Amino acid sequence: MERNEIEIRFLSLSENESFARAVAAAFAARMNPTIEQLSDLRTAVSEAVTNAIIHGYENAEDGIVEMRCISEDDRLICIISDKGCGIEDIEKARLPFYTSKPELERSGMGFAVMEAFTDSMDVSSKMGEGTTVNMTKRLGRNAE
Amino acid sequence: MDIYASKRGPKLSVRLVGELDHHSADKARVMMDTMLHDLSVRELVMDFSDVSFMDSAGLGTILGRYRKLALRGGKLTVTGVSDSIDRIFRMSGLYALVERR
Repeated sequence: MERNEIEIRFLSLSENESFARAVAAAFAARMNPTIEQLSDLRTAVSEAVTNAIIHGYENAEDGIVEMRCISEDDRLICIISDKGCGIEDIEKARLPFYTSKPELERSGMGFAVMEAFTDSMDVSSKMGEGTTVNMTKRLGRNAE
Repeated sequence: MDIYASKRGPKLSVRLVGELDHHSADKARVMMDTMLHDLSVRELVMDFSDVSFMDSAGLGTILGRYRKLALRGGKLTVTGVSDSIDRIFRMSGLYALVERR
């Protein structure tokens, strides 16, 4: 099996959302993805990192977000985690249109987009300890 | 994110340029709302031709402007929608509220 792995850590600043999705896309680019797969990956990573910043750290700018990207043959695994406040009810959070922060003009579609744009997505969270989102996506023409 | 706007009668057209994510959504929201203070605006046309990336933060921005316009009996139209942006619009049911041209 061909395997590779990277890990980055960054401050919970909104300007790092574009940095994180660019890193994930650059890592994935070596796996010969289609343009659509790369676009999907960028979107899914952006949703997860945005959640970590807005919800995990509630926009505090001194949190640390971690992103691990692992490639195993044509499978990409992206693990994005924060050590923020955690999600009280994951089932509810995953529902389309549900948002815990309606005052922020959020659409409530973050998890739905992550699910739709990857092959699988798992969320684990513990109140007061943080949240980890684990996404996998097969890349390349054979994954179509 | 840069925004270029032009107004003709009741129609305000805005061309969004760059990436529309949580980071840039605030700026886009403030700029469009400043122009929407003008109550003669009844139609907002948002052109996505030059939006290179959008996630669900963009949806929140569109829906927020839609609500503002709906309150005054106005409407919102989106144009220049790429395939990847279209997928997000479709899965959210946006087209029930907003016309695509």
